[in-house]
Amino acid sequence: MTAKIRVRDFDFYYGDAKVLHGIDLEIPETQVTALIGPSGCGKSTFIRSINRMNDVIPDAHGEGTIEVDGKNIYAPGTDVVSLRRRVGMVFQKSNPFPKSIYDNVAYGLRIGGTRKKQELDETVETSLQRAALWNEVKDRLHESAFALSGGQQQRLCIARALAVDPEILLMDEPASALDPIATTKIEELIWNLKQSYTIVIVTHNMQQAARVSDRTAFFMLGKVVEYAETNTIFMNPKEKMTEDYVTGRFG
Amino acid sequence: MHIQRHFDRDIEEIKAMLLRMGAMVEESMQQSIRALLESDLAIAEQVIANDDRIDQMEVQIDQHVIELIAKMQPAAGDLRFVATVMKITPELERIADLAQDVCERVIELSREPTIKPLVYLPRLAEDSQTMVREALDAFVRGDAELARKVIRNDDVVDRLTEDSFRALLTYMLENPRNISAAIRLTFIGKYFERMADGATNICEMVVYLVEGRMIKHEHA
Repeated sequence: MTAKIRVRDFDFYYGDAKVLHGIDLEIPETQVTALIGPSGCGKSTFIRSINRMNDVIPDAHGEGTIEVDGKNIYAPGTDVVSLRRRVGMVFQKSNPFPKSIYDNVAYGLRIGGTRKKQELDETVETSLQRAALWNEVKDRLHESAFALSGGQQQRLCIARALAVDPEILLMDEPASALDPIATTKIEELIWNLKQSYTIVIVTHNMQQAARVSDRTAFFMLGKVVEYAETNTIFMNPKEKMTEDYVTGRFG
Repeated sequence: MHIQRHFDRDIEEIKAMLLRMGAMVEESMQQSIRALLESDLAIAEQVIANDDRIDQMEVQIDQHVIELIAKMQPAAGDLRFVATVMKITPELERIADLAQDVCERVIELSREPTIKPLVYLPRLAEDSQTMVREALDAFVRGDAELARKVIRNDDVVDRLTEDSFRALLTYMLENPRNISAAIRLTFIGKYFERMADGATNICEMVVYLVEGRMIKHEHA
């Protein structure tokens, strides 16, 4: 198992409030790692630390290291734009731009300076295919993204993230606002994507974590209580706190 | 914050049902031993008649557990609990069937010349019964130590089965008129041995329930 992301003694603060305490995690390449835990346990803060999305929050800062492919992303001089290109993110609420389906997916490439129509066309098609959306939208690429259903919009956001060819995909509750069928599609998609991408997913839906992930980290009060193979977490966790959480005794 | 779970009530209910079933199975087993040792045909008939109730119990527990899986999606200790129950109930049901088989042979034996004294068979029957009782205790208390002890006792029962067979063989060699009864008694020995195997299987699941470890086939 190669660690794609290696987190060492990572703390995070909002102002004086310490919300992550000494996180140590090794997230393996081309696997799905789920982060579970009650609201306010720090899992979203943590996932947003992996592509430095928290940088925009005033007074927030991290300590310790998060390495992607062995390089500390918090080291001075890190190119955050290129980091976020390598580490894509999908949010709970789908957030397509008020543009056409095509322009949404092409957005990142255009920002990066790609102008050639053929290259854009190809990337838009492969990205939509990888996001399992192509067949549903190929005949209406120039319609507004808002015309899509919630589930389709979420897959569009995944396609948009894939278009810039990332290595890591962070997903923060990607299916929590979707109906069961759309959720199943996203979960199937995660299964397929993990062949090529390292995926980290935050979910409140424990069964979803059990279904889609290879490894699971249980967060509680800003600490990792237990991190193990998903089978272990859901069948035979070592920590009482994990047991209480996955069986719904604790929340 | 600790949460009162509906699930805990369901688990208690299933446990209670399984215990009722276990008590019925133990009763059948005990009665089958009495029927055998006292050649009491009325009791034998009674055990045979009671078997339907045990079968129904198994179906009820199964339904309850399947419902629970569908609605609650149990995890961790809850998951191991429901998996254990689903594996224990068929074992109990089979033990009851074997007690019924004992009683059927007892009825047949009443038409044969008697073979006395039976030395090993009563011990074999009682040891098997103790194993079944302790297996159920281990389940109720979540006692993996007791479960392991029961599993070790299976060797004793296997030896007694063999001893019983050898003793019966001498009766057969002595007088061919004994053969028919001795064969039926050999069957009975085998039935008790199979009941003890059931207790062993239950105990393997108790270890899984408590420790999350599958020890099946490890101690062969």
